[in-house]
This record gives sequence, C-alpha cells and structure tokens, in this order.
Amino acid sequence: MPEIDAAKLKEIYTSMVKIRFFEERAIIEYRKGLPGFIHASIGQEAIPAGVCAFLREDDYTITTHRGHGDIIAKGAQLDRMMAELFAKKTGYCKGKGGSMHIADVDRNILGATGIVGDGIPIAAGVGTALKMQGLDSIMVAFFGDGATNSGAFHEGMGLAAAWYLPVLFVCQNNLYQQSTPTRDYCRLTDIADRAKGYGIPGITVDGNDAIAVAEVAREAIEKCRKGEGPILIVGNTYRTVGHHMGDPGTSYRSKEEVEEWKKKDPIKRLRQQLVQNKMATDAELDEIENNVLRELDEAVKFAQESPEPTPEEALEDIYA
Amino acid sequence: MRELTYREALREALREEMKRDPKVFMMGEEIAEYGGSYKVSQGLLEEFGHERIRNTPLAEAAIAGAALGASLVGMRPVAEIMYIDFSFIAADQIINQIAKLRYMTGGMVKVPMVMRTQGGGGVAAGPHHSQSLEAIFAHIPGLFVVMPSNAYDAKGLLKTSIREDNPVIFIEHKKLYGESCPVPEEEYTIPLGKGDIKREGNDISIITYSRCVNFALEAAEELAKDGVDVEVVDIRTLKPLDEAIILSSVQKTGKAMVVYEACRTGGFGAEIAALIGEKAFDYLDAPIRRVASLDSPVSFNPRQEQYILVNPEKIQAAALEMMGK
Ligand SMILES: Cc1ncc(C[n+]2csc(CCOP(=O)(O)OP(=O)(O)O)c2C)c(N)n1
Ligand SMILES: [Mg+2]
Repeated sequence: MPEIDAAKLKEIYTSMVKIRFFEERAIIEYRKGLPGFIHASIGQEAIPAGVCAFLREDDYTITTHRGHGDIIAKGAQLDRMMAELFAKKTGYCKGKGGSMHIADVDRNILGATGIVGDGIPIAAGVGTALKMQGLDSIMVAFFGDGATNSGAFHEGMGLAAAWYLPVLFVCQNNLYQQSTPTRDYCRLTDIADRAKGYGIPGITVDGNDAIAVAEVAREAIEKCRKGEGPILIVGNTYRTVGHHMGDPGTSYRSKEEVEEWKKKDPIKRLRQQLVQNKMATDAELDEIENNVLRELDEAVKFAQESPEPTPEEALEDIYA
Repeated sequence: MRELTYREALREALREEMKRDPKVFMMGEEIAEYGGSYKVSQGLLEEFGHERIRNTPLAEAAIAGAALGASLVGMRPVAEIMYIDFSFIAADQIINQIAKLRYMTGGMVKVPMVMRTQGGGGVAAGPHHSQSLEAIFAHIPGLFVVMPSNAYDAKGLLKTSIREDNPVIFIEHKKLYGESCPVPEEEYTIPLGKGDIKREGNDISIITYSRCVNFALEAAEELAKDGVDVEVVDIRTLKPLDEAIILSSVQKTGKAMVVYEACRTGGFGAEIAALIGEKAFDYLDAPIRRVASLDSPVSFNPRQEQYILVNPEKIQAAALEMMGK
C-alpha cells in the first residue's frame, strides 16, 4: 500500500492527465498550423506531477524547453498556456515567448528557457534570495539529462551546494540529450552520481512510477525546507514522441525501444495502482479524464477566440 | 548546371574537405545520427564514422575550447554550435582564447578551426533561437566572420574557411538551408574578403549579406518597376571586409543603403555605413540609409516577428524615399 493517501494520488493522477491531454491537444493544434517549435514530454508526466504535488503555492519553479508538464503541475492555467502556443495576446507571455518560455509569476512559476541548463544557476539565485529573506519556501529547477553536461549545471549546482541553498534539482532523465544517448556523453551509469561531486545527495527514482516519485519528492522537499538542501533527484523516464514536432524520433533509437517504453506508460501504471489498491475506481478516474478533456476544449476555444497582439506591441516589455 | 540547396552545398563542402584532408573532423551537438539540427551533416556519419563526426555533450564552452585545443596540435576541427544564440556559452573560449591565442603568444601558434553556427529569424522560434549576433564576433580582432547568402557561396566559402589558418566564425541562416542555386560539380573555392555584386544597377547601392541579400534582390525587382535601378552588393565576409567593392559601388551610384537582419543599434551595418561615410562621403548625394531589424528581441508571435525583422517591403520603401519617389 503506498504511503501517500488516495486524495493526493488522485491529485497527481489529475495533474498527469492534464499534462498528457494538454500536449496531445497541442500537437493536434500544432499540426493544424501553430507557429514555432513544440517539445512534448509525453511519457514523462509522473515526475513533475509527483514533485509538484508536495510543493506549496509559495514555492518556486523554473523549467526548460520541455516544460509544459512542469508548468501545468505547478498549477498554471491551461487556457492561458494554450493561448501562448497560439501566440495570442491572452497567452501567458502575450504571445512573445511561445511554448519554450511560458511563465506564471503569480504562481511562482519563474519561466522556461530555450537555452538548456540556464535555469539551474537562476534557481541557485532564487534559493539564495529565499534564504537571505528568511523564508521557508523552496526552489525547484527542472531540467533534462542533457542539461547535466552544461557548465551552467555544474556551476549552479556547485554554488547551491556551497551555500546550502533550499533548492531541489529535478532531472528528467529521458535517456537522450536530443538524439545522443546517455552512454555517449557521460561515463556514469547513474546521473544522480553527479551530485557526489558537490557533496550533496543524489537520488535516482523510477520516473515512470508516480508513487515512487511522490515518495522521494515529498521527503526531499521537506529536507530542503529544513535547510538540508540542495538535493538532486533524477527520475529515469522516456519521451515516447520525437524531440520536437519536426523529429520523428527514429534516426537514433529503435521502434522496439519506443514500444517497450510505451508499455511503461506512467498514467496507465498509476491508474492500475490506484484501482488495484482500491484507492480509486475506474469510473472516478474516467471522470477526471473527462473533466480535463472538457477543460481543454475550453482552453482551445479560448485560445482560438482570443485576439492577436498588435504588431506594435512587439516593442513593449523590453524595458520596465 | 545542377542546383544544390544551401544545406546540400554545405554538406558537399564538408565531405570534400574531409576527404581531402584527414585532419578535418566535425564536432557538435546532435550532428551524427541526427544529422544536425538543420540536417547539414546528414549522411556524413555513415561515410566518415564516429571518429570524425563527433557528437558532443551539451556543452558549448567545451565544444569551442576543445576545437581550439585540437587545432593547436595538428587537427582542423569544424565545430558546430547549433544556434548562434548558444554561442554566448562558448563566447569566453571564442573571444578570450580562440581569437587571441595567436596574438598572446607573439604569433607562435595557428588556430585553424571553423565554428559553424546558424542564426536569424523567420521561423517563430522565439527570443532564444532567432538572433543575429554576428556584430559581436566581427568586433573581435583575431576572428574572421563569414555569412554566405546562397548555396554557391556557402560551399566555396566553407571550403576556404576549413583551409584557413585563422579561426573562422561561419554563420549560416536557418531560412536559407532549403534555398537552391546552381553549383558546379567541379571543385572551386571562394577567397575570404571578396564581396560579390549580386545585381548590377546604377541608382542605389544596397550593401548587405546573408539572407538580406535575397530580400534586397526581391526589393530590387519591385523597384525596377518604379524605374529604380538597384545594385546589390553581397559582402559575403564581414571580416575580412571587401572595402573596395563597397566603395566602388557607392562611387558609381552615389546612394548607399545598408541592410542587415540584426537589431539596428550596434549592428554590423553601422560599421559599413561608417566606412562609407569616412571613405566615400564625397560621392554621396543622399544620406546613408540603414534598414535593419527593430531594437527588440525577436517575438514568437509571427506577425510581431515580421514587424520586427527586416523584409523586402521595408527595403523597397526606404529606397523609394531615398530616390525621392
Ligand atoms: C545551450 C543549449 N545548447 C543546445 C540546445 C539545443 N537543444 C535543445 S534541447 C537539447 C537536448 C537537451 O537534452 P536534455 O537536457 O536531456 O532535455 P530533453 O530534450 O531530453 O528533454 C538540445 C541539444 C539548446 N537549446 N541550448
Ligand atoms: Mg533528455
């Protein structure tokens, strides 16, 4: 029996479904002609959902190019996110950022970066400020396995460790840096071992097992809040779609590998666990899904019906 | 003559130079199986293997620094930074090491390396994937900066850059990869520091480079209908700069417009304008005109992106104004 109660797990399930359905819908809309790039995180939902379930509203997050999930899990509105993908004025960034740059500062979601790794030192800075102000909020930085190669990762991690900052580093290890498999860029078999270099805990978890993620995250978050940070969590997972919509994802990995991982779908898995442990019924979970689908219909409608920003508004927001 | 796309021409240059010289190798993110983000190196892994088509960790400073290191001891690396926007992570190595090592050692070393990257907007890639940052590299003594506008030039200039004993920042444009033009089968190279007149005309000189050459040519077609005869000068390399071709064109037409996709303030076009002001002032019968992108990050919203970026219509309108039409 999981240590986490049914209500929390259903919250996590809802969050995962939101992420999945949001991205599936975004892909459909993208194929109909949305601009730019979309990096979907399909298959990786358990990590943001499991981590954010234990964050408070006054905790902060930052994420990366594949950030929809992290942003949704922290509570961002699907309609304003969708409007951003549609480059509309009602989007979170007034259409200026797009999929790769969504932020919701009111919800302490400090944004997403197209420069892989750049969120990590920023997170260290947020942690510094939280500590200096005597707050007990924590900071969570989400990033991919490839980002752990960047200087920004090592420098940010080093600083956060040296200053004992309340920062949780969450690496979504989907086994590829775009197309390059872990073994081709890193001698460690376990990316969490990178934490050893900074004298901080590094924990590996099955990133497709929402319950396992939630258990690890709950404890790590408590520790960071008590001043025992920073901590690195590495969730091993897989994106079952291409790197972005332009990538079929076939030149660097086999169909069999993708199919194997599809079988480990984290949403199906949590559903099974919930139903088997009699923590939820299929009907209840179906209803959650139907509600999310309705919310998404409304989000798309909102995005479609929202006005475009004017061209001239492009020149606003450059300076305060 | 057969036509090649810009992408194919670059790939052919890489292939030919790798065959010609075993010291040449490539390194960069996702360049092997994936073939590079814009597929320039597609197929080269099969031909040359992982030893010479090296996928790197996501670590731009390491890519730049390692290219420098390899160039010091007998290799000729062609390093790729996927987007010029990421080159700032490598900028310390590029600006403080790659550009200056020869100078700092009193000429003891050579740095025969190429840093290939691509920039520019037009694909709604947002503020982190759309910038034009060439001016920053052109500002640094010790670097050459090459920005080809078509497939023919791309191939010839890349081959020369690879054979060059100085570090070359080779900046492609993401909107040009699919554009084609005639490229001969026979081997050729194009020297650095030689501009090219892409269209002859007598009324106004448009001096430009990279994708803006196409914009200028498009505008020139329209302007011809209004009786304005435009000359388009493609400088092709920002450093070394072919001053002579710029000055002689301006001397002929008496009117100079400089066009570039980067933000207006501090863009490389400002340097060209200053050059014309200093060395061809007496030939000018109108103020020099700059047509560039607005001083803004590049918005994701496509209409705003169009509003910010330079385009043929803006060039045309400015030319008509200069001609008093
Ligand atoms: C500094 C930087 N280098 C390269 C890129 C291009 N790029 C975008 S995502 C990516 C792979 C990142 O891998 P990882 O951190 O594992 O994240 P994933 O895409 O797998 O979620 C690369 C190379 C970038 N955006 N920023
Ligand atoms: Mg990855």
